[in-house]
Amino acid sequence: MSKRLSGIITPIIAVLLGIIVGTIIMLVCGYNPISAYTALWNGAFGQVYYFGEVVRQVTPYILAGLAVAFAFRVGLFNIGVEGQFIVGWLASVWVGVSFDLPKIIHLPLAIIAAILAGALWAYIPGILKARLRVHEVIVTIMMNYIALHVSNYLIKNVMTNHKDRTGMIKDSASLRSDWLQSMTDYSRLHWGIIIAIVCCFIMWFLLERTTKGFELRAVGFNQDAAQYAGMNVNRNIILSMVISGAFAGLAGAMDGLGTFGYITVKNGFTGVGFDGIAIALLGGNSALGVFFAAILFGALKVGALNMPLEAGVPNELVDIIIALIVFFVASSYIIRVALNRFGKKDVK
Amino acid sequence: MSLMEILIIVVPSTLLWAAPLIFTALGGTFSERSGVVNIGLEGLMMIGAFTAIVFNLTFVHTFGNATPWIALIVAMVAGALFSLIHAVAAITFRADHTVSGVAINLLAAGLCMFLVKQIYGKGETAIISKGFNKIDIPVLKDIPIIGKIFFQNTYWTSFLAVIIALIAWYIIFKTPFGLRLRSVGEHPMAADTMGINVTKMRYLGVIISGALGGIGGAIYAQSIANNFSHATISGQGFMALAAMIFGKWNPLGALGAGIFFGFAQSISIIGSSLPFLKDIPNVYLLIAPYVLTILVLTGFIGRAEAPKADGTHYIKGSR
Repeated sequence: MSKRLSGIITPIIAVLLGIIVGTIIMLVCGYNPISAYTALWNGAFGQVYYFGEVVRQVTPYILAGLAVAFAFRVGLFNIGVEGQFIVGWLASVWVGVSFDLPKIIHLPLAIIAAILAGALWAYIPGILKARLRVHEVIVTIMMNYIALHVSNYLIKNVMTNHKDRTGMIKDSASLRSDWLQSMTDYSRLHWGIIIAIVCCFIMWFLLERTTKGFELRAVGFNQDAAQYAGMNVNRNIILSMVISGAFAGLAGAMDGLGTFGYITVKNGFTGVGFDGIAIALLGGNSALGVFFAAILFGALKVGALNMPLEAGVPNELVDIIIALIVFFVASSYIIRVALNRFGKKDVK
Repeated sequence: MSLMEILIIVVPSTLLWAAPLIFTALGGTFSERSGVVNIGLEGLMMIGAFTAIVFNLTFVHTFGNATPWIALIVAMVAGALFSLIHAVAAITFRADHTVSGVAINLLAAGLCMFLVKQIYGKGETAIISKGFNKIDIPVLKDIPIIGKIFFQNTYWTSFLAVIIALIAWYIIFKTPFGLRLRSVGEHPMAADTMGINVTKMRYLGVIISGALGGIGGAIYAQSIANNFSHATISGQGFMALAAMIFGKWNPLGALGAGIFFGFAQSISIIGSSLPFLKDIPNVYLLIAPYVLTILVLTGFIGRAEAPKADGTHYIKGSR
């Protein structure tokens, strides 16, 4: 079987296996899987409002998925997307509430603040990896918790006077659109989806069509070969983490400037960063793949909220299915072995 | 407030918070010493906490005062079984260890909440009536000064954690089993050449980590949280991972790091009642474990080296 074909078939099989195991779990627990999946579908696409919410959810998912995927392509595992997402969210809201500027300056300024915050948060693990060979996985995990606690502290003590929620951002920094909202029966759909799609294109162009992108991919394939060819491996490692963090910070701005317009003190993680890992893996770390995987996961997440109402099934079932999909994509080695064996039998 | 009074408050609280971290960090040590990265500690703790609480609520009338201890054993078994998923993925299916660990965390979170809603019909369980109680350790409590600080108003589980850490150190560094475990984590091909079954040793490493992670979660649930909801285990497993690294993949180091992180956690909660500590903003104590872990990895506080073959797959016949 050709590599390209198995690259498309493996994720599809992983999704199917995830859904099959999810069905088995429902049957064991005495739920009706057909009504559950019908409720899921209706909750994602049944009404125009739900569709707007799916697109709204897909927006940060695309960017978080791009963030993880970009680092993966350079051979780095950025588990810190969650933390970079939070600091990006915080920075965008901070700029959004504290300045009074015309929209044409204010909105880009808030977005750039989020990008810079995310990039800075990823720069630390990047430089530690490049200079001191510290494993980026551990550092980014630790940076997640530092981001969580520091942002909670800033919200409580600096941005507000011991409140759990900041004020709303100014209209001039908002991504919201009355037109998009009224079109989708007043969902929280906002302009961010355009930014996310543009970013998909940027990532594809950067990696596949520029010299820098070639260098980054070369470092991902083989660091020693890249070094031997005269590329600066350390600088590319730092650059890839910074770009990855920039995508993640931008994802935070989508929630900060679009969906919510404020930031609250958090007891735990939002989960967007971890879902981003699942999306990048399922999408095969390509821009187009991330786009489709984000749509799938966005629809699953939003549709799941309808499952308890319509079918009485806890919406956590979707979290289980997502985890199983990650598991099966990660185990794609065994799927490929099975496919090959299957293919050979056909030849005989 | 005298120093003595402060210590009487701080020490038992530190040990209380440290116990789950120590157990889970020891679990991580076993897994990573065998060469399997285990980011899934958080998920394993979650399974342990969930199992312990459900068992405790269901069987409290049958077993009475022994319930939390039996729940601990049940949670241990559940953790070990759940970790098999990670073992199969990371060892047999050659999945990326980190990705598989992330899947374990996502799966545990989804599964536990799904089952809580399925069993109890709401997002959290009731509060258990019999958790681990404060006790005075007999005999030792009568030692002057030390007895009052360390052995009164404390928990059996904290001392169990210390004892298990010592046993783990002995097993890993002084027994043939430990030598084999370390050898497959450092150089699996050499170990294989000497007739050690790499796959079996790695499976054992992961299963032990699941068992200990399950115990860690069960202790946390039955002595600190007292019920199970989505927020019961939020970051404890990653902090245990940090303790394992801060302890340089050594059980005694994990013990020390666990106690220190337990101290930071307990201070961030009770600190406001202590004199000279209430002026320090909470945030420094909350982020201390994570910052210190990064510092120790960068070599500013002694260099930490992971086992050589940590996170790699061993494929027979490949060089």
